[in-house]
Amino acid sequence: MLHLILALALAQPVRLVVSVAASMHDALVEIAEQYKTAAGITIDLNTGGSNTLARQIVEGAPADLFLSADDLQMDVAAKADRLVPGTRVHLVTNELVVIVPADSTRRLVSPVDLAGPAVARLAMGEPSSVPAGVYGRKWLERLNLWTMVSPKVVPFPTVLAALSAVDAGRVDAGIVYRTDAIARPQVKVAIAVPAAANPDVAVVYPAAVIRGAHEPAARAFLAYLQGPQARAVFARKGFGLP
Amino acid sequence: MTAETWAIARFTVLMAFTATLLVLPPAIATGWVLARKRFPGKALFETVVSLPLVLPPVASGLVLLWLFGRRGPLGRALDAIGIEVVFTWKAVVIAMMVISFPLVARSVRAGIEQVDQRYEGIAATLGAGSFRILTAVTLPLAMRGIIAGAILGFSRALGEFGATIMVAGAIPGRTQTLAVGIYTLVETGREELAWGLVLIAALLAFAAIYLSNWVSRSAT
Repeated sequence: MLHLILALALAQPVRLVVSVAASMHDALVEIAEQYKTAAGITIDLNTGGSNTLARQIVEGAPADLFLSADDLQMDVAAKADRLVPGTRVHLVTNELVVIVPADSTRRLVSPVDLAGPAVARLAMGEPSSVPAGVYGRKWLERLNLWTMVSPKVVPFPTVLAALSAVDAGRVDAGIVYRTDAIARPQVKVAIAVPAAANPDVAVVYPAAVIRGAHEPAARAFLAYLQGPQARAVFARKGFGLP
Repeated sequence: MTAETWAIARFTVLMAFTATLLVLPPAIATGWVLARKRFPGKALFETVVSLPLVLPPVASGLVLLWLFGRRGPLGRALDAIGIEVVFTWKAVVIAMMVISFPLVARSVRAGIEQVDQRYEGIAATLGAGSFRILTAVTLPLAMRGIIAGAILGFSRALGEFGATIMVAGAIPGRTQTLAVGIYTLVETGREELAWGLVLIAALLAFAAIYLSNWVSRSAT
């Protein structure tokens, strides 16, 4: 009986659930399509703020692979012993940028301007948990601007929500990733925060296989994500490759 | 219970109270129209009025975000005179008003429908104008429905989440309400603070239900 159930279960094509940081969503959609053609395996994307995804994984959500936007949230999953040991890798890198709506005429050229009258409201990922928000806060803290800027912050559950708020002109500026700014013509970069000059807020995306029934398939997809076809997509979307 | 949770609770009660006060006049007018007037398109009007009751609150919230956003029709006009709504406490009040409006209007309507129209007729024969009939006869006799509606609307406003998070966001100390606070505190890994808010929400709900039962009992 058990064998029969097992055989039936194995006969079902594997569907992998990948919990993916919001900022990586677009790239993963493309890579998942490629992978479906190449390997015949369907990837279901569970997109959200990495902090939300980490919490879901800790609570036992059925994710097979976790792509986080910072090490902090990957550590959360690791501490709960949800990662398959030895599978954690750094997949891609990114950089912070300050964006404004493309039609904005506000003078915003240096970080100090964020504390000034040019910006009344600044969209960010939630600054204590959402990776893009945490990176942004750390950056402004180092510049001793955070206490002045934080009252203007409108926190969002994902970096993409912060991006949309700038895109729609609901806020004056936002802190997002370079890849987000590239993807939206309705916004423009006002201030770049190059990783080389700001190693403390260098954005790295860790990936790891989550314990569960699909470990071999998840390992295979993680290997594919590090392969040439996937790297080409990441590069085209503006991600850095370590 | 921390100072932060109490501040969120105080803010929410203040916002819900403001929203209820502001929503009462239009809700009473609408309830009266629906109870006493007949006009072409009444069914359509009735449906539109009830819409926020059935529509997912986040959908109402998105409509409000579009309306009051800086590029939206109302937001552009308000921005021109220096009034910002989106992501401010004003957005919290507006979201609460829109969501609780149908509840209040329906309750007022039910209250007015229970008023015997003969009293209004008698007042008219005694020479009272229609406004005086409304304020001196109809509304006092419908007071139970109005108060019940106000309590119902206030309670609904206290728990408002979907529309609020859309149009007002979850800015700590500025737009964060009880319901939104519970969500964001859990989301940011501070669940123990969220439980404090759950307790306060339960106490407020208890008080509201108790009060509304007391109102309906004492009037009979």
